[in-house]
Amino acid sequence: MNSSSGKTYMSTSNSSAGWKAGDAAADQFPVGLRVLVVDDDPTCLMILEKMLRTCLYEVTKCNRAETALSMLRENKSGFDVVISDVHMPDMDGFKLLEHIGLEMDLPVIMMSADDGKHVVMKGVTHGACDYLIKPVRIEALKNIWQHVVRKRKNEWKDFEQSGSVEEGDRQLKQSEEADYSSSANEGNWKSSKRRKDDEDETDDRDDTSSLKKPRVVWSVELHQQFVAAVNQLGIDKAVPKKILELMNVPGLTRENVASHLQKYRLYLRRLSGVSQHPSNLNNSFMSPQEATFGPLSSLNGLDLQTLAATGQLPAQSLVTLQAAGLGRPTGKSGIPMPLVDQRNIFSFENPKLRFGDGQQHVNNNKQMNLLHGIPTTMEPKQLAGLHHGAQSMGNMNMQVASHGSQSSQNNPLLMQMAQPQVRGQMLNDTSLGHPPRLLSPMGQPILSNGIAANVSTRNGIQENIRAPSYNPVSQTSSMLNFPMNHAAELPGNSFPLGSTPGISSLTPKVAFQEDVNSDIKGSVGFLPSYDIFNDLNQHKPQNWELQNVGMTLDASQHSNSLQGNLNHAQSVLVQQGFPSGQVNGQNRSATVVSKAMFSSGDSTGHVNVQNGNQHLNSLLVDSTVRIKSETPTILYPDDFGQEDLMSALLKQQDAIAPAEHEFDFDGYSLDNIPV
Amino acid sequence: MDRNRLQHQVACMRRSLFDQGYLDEPFIQLEELQDDANPNFVQEIVTLFYSDSARLIQNIEHALNSRPIDFDKLDDYMHQFKGSSSSIGAKKVTNECTVFREYCSAENAEGCIRSFQQVKQEYAILRRKLEVYLQMVRQAAVSRTA
Repeated sequence: MNSSSGKTYMSTSNSSAGWKAGDAAADQFPVGLRVLVVDDDPTCLMILEKMLRTCLYEVTKCNRAETALSMLRENKSGFDVVISDVHMPDMDGFKLLEHIGLEMDLPVIMMSADDGKHVVMKGVTHGACDYLIKPVRIEALKNIWQHVVRKRKNEWKDFEQSGSVEEGDRQLKQSEEADYSSSANEGNWKSSKRRKDDEDETDDRDDTSSLKKPRVVWSVELHQQFVAAVNQLGIDKAVPKKILELMNVPGLTRENVASHLQKYRLYLRRLSGVSQHPSNLNNSFMSPQEATFGPLSSLNGLDLQTLAATGQLPAQSLVTLQAAGLGRPTGKSGIPMPLVDQRNIFSFENPKLRFGDGQQHVNNNKQMNLLHGIPTTMEPKQLAGLHHGAQSMGNMNMQVASHGSQSSQNNPLLMQMAQPQVRGQMLNDTSLGHPPRLLSPMGQPILSNGIAANVSTRNGIQENIRAPSYNPVSQTSSMLNFPMNHAAELPGNSFPLGSTPGISSLTPKVAFQEDVNSDIKGSVGFLPSYDIFNDLNQHKPQNWELQNVGMTLDASQHSNSLQGNLNHAQSVLVQQGFPSGQVNGQNRSATVVSKAMFSSGDSTGHVNVQNGNQHLNSLLVDSTVRIKSETPTILYPDDFGQEDLMSALLKQQDAIAPAEHEFDFDGYSLDNIPV
Repeated sequence: MDRNRLQHQVACMRRSLFDQGYLDEPFIQLEELQDDANPNFVQEIVTLFYSDSARLIQNIEHALNSRPIDFDKLDDYMHQFKGSSSSIGAKKVTNECTVFREYCSAENAEGCIRSFQQVKQEYAILRRKLEVYLQMVRQAAVSRTA
């Protein structure tokens, strides 16, 4: 059928190598382009196959995402491009996209009969290189080869410039390690570290700004590997280089690990800090929440126990969390950290929009918390103040718990929550940019665990998802509504209150995954807003690859109405190039929000919020996850209250210091989100 | 000549299918994909569509009959069905699917049930028309080669 099947250029060389070498066969390019098309609809699949063959491509068709993934894994260089449907029964198309981006880094084209803006946006944020609306015309397929060329071109450039990146990494590493060790100088260290990290990050980015770095998607699995490595090394001795070695993940750079580690430490820190205020958890938020937390880190285990003991964490959640923490995907939320960040980013965006709105504030807070990874134990009262309006949203109180494990779960949870419940409520939030993201220092865990998110949303129970200050990007509008509604109840703890029983079933992972994963997927790999903020400070846009931006977007999907707004907002957020103007706005709201949010039971109250923001900022800076932002809307308020946030954050940090560990991290301070 | 007459009849019927809104652009794409390597491509696709979509129709029926109605699932099934029908250019069927999805998102059970009846009706009408049309096409092709 395919006349090009016999072409040699495909079989003998890697895609890029083949072309680079000027293979004679390349002259016939794109003839013989190896396409893998995935669609559960047999009619569409057959039509596409025929169309692609007519274009003289070499086609392999597949009706299941899992099969496609294993095919790709078995033969990583066997395909040039993947075309996948969005809605598939066994795995969400965006999740597949995420996997492919992470593992094989092939260009992926999404297609769907759904041409809603938010879905398309989700594709963008998740890193799809194109989005085709069904029914697909053959003309649309004739040019898909451009994506292959483009990607190759970018990879080549990256490869050539890898040297400069390394230097940047070294600098960053040094600064990181030095900083991590001096917890005593928290305050000073934080700010200076943040700045330095920002600079380092920016420097790194600058070097490679012209290059397109491969996206790093912190999927659940990857994060678990990370956590396992960290635990193996011992949290004290866990330095990026060693973690990277232990993880042994091809394509992962020390830089990626470094930023992820930073977030993770913040998350842990928050967890330990939060656990000091167990009483706060009680609220409705607290209930099922646990599920939201992602993988448990060693610390998480501790916290979880504590939380569980206090009755705040449902036993199930604990198990789930632990499972997650132990690297066992509980639900495959697979929400990469980046997602969180992205979400946070979005959330920030919203805050800006809604700043005046109490409800919005709440959302923002949530976002903020998430973003900063600042322990955002939202004080109930504060939260209440923040969002009276949010109450309507109510079901979704997603408290971003900074608990490590929770965080990870939170994010997904948050996202989830937002979705189902949000439906009507979220609408309002869309503009708000609810950052359902649970900021989890780990960033990912939370997201992945989205389970919590799911759960809560499903049940319509308010869940407070605590997300370590992960990117507050509230991609999914639905998620955003964190505990805002239940502000009153927000306990200082960062337990994802997922009041919804669903949450407890952390494992809803299945559900979550379906719902959230698809949503969250995008978030993977996103640098939480921290980077964005940091960037703002630095005035240097970071190159994030928003793969996961979709997270938020995904969540939005569920929330129907919300989605539209959110997605856009989110995508904007995630997208780099944050125009300082926008950022400012964001910060402002973020600040406000965070204030409200963070005012967890801690005495710091407002300070917390601010801290949160600060954390967020620092997280942003630190997160090295590269997010490629397409849009120039930067939401991070560069000038906005960075100092305020910082001080607030620091104070907050101090407040929870007793439980703090020796880790110093900037980013995650979201653990204060009262659940 | 018989062949010419047959071909003329085929052309007329084809035009009326398009004019009356039963078929749309994607169907033309299918026709263009048909070539010597796949001389019965259109027929194959139509057959595949009807056999595969029968499953979806059943799923939707089942979902509509269950109480309480799971609108999310309904929407999901209909989304799939709509994607399928639009890929072969079944215009009227696809339009009815859109109406259904609107009722579905509004969680209007009554509306869903009503519009689904419309979907099934259009689906059946198109099936008959395509059977006739494709048979004519086959005959004309056979006569040509004869």
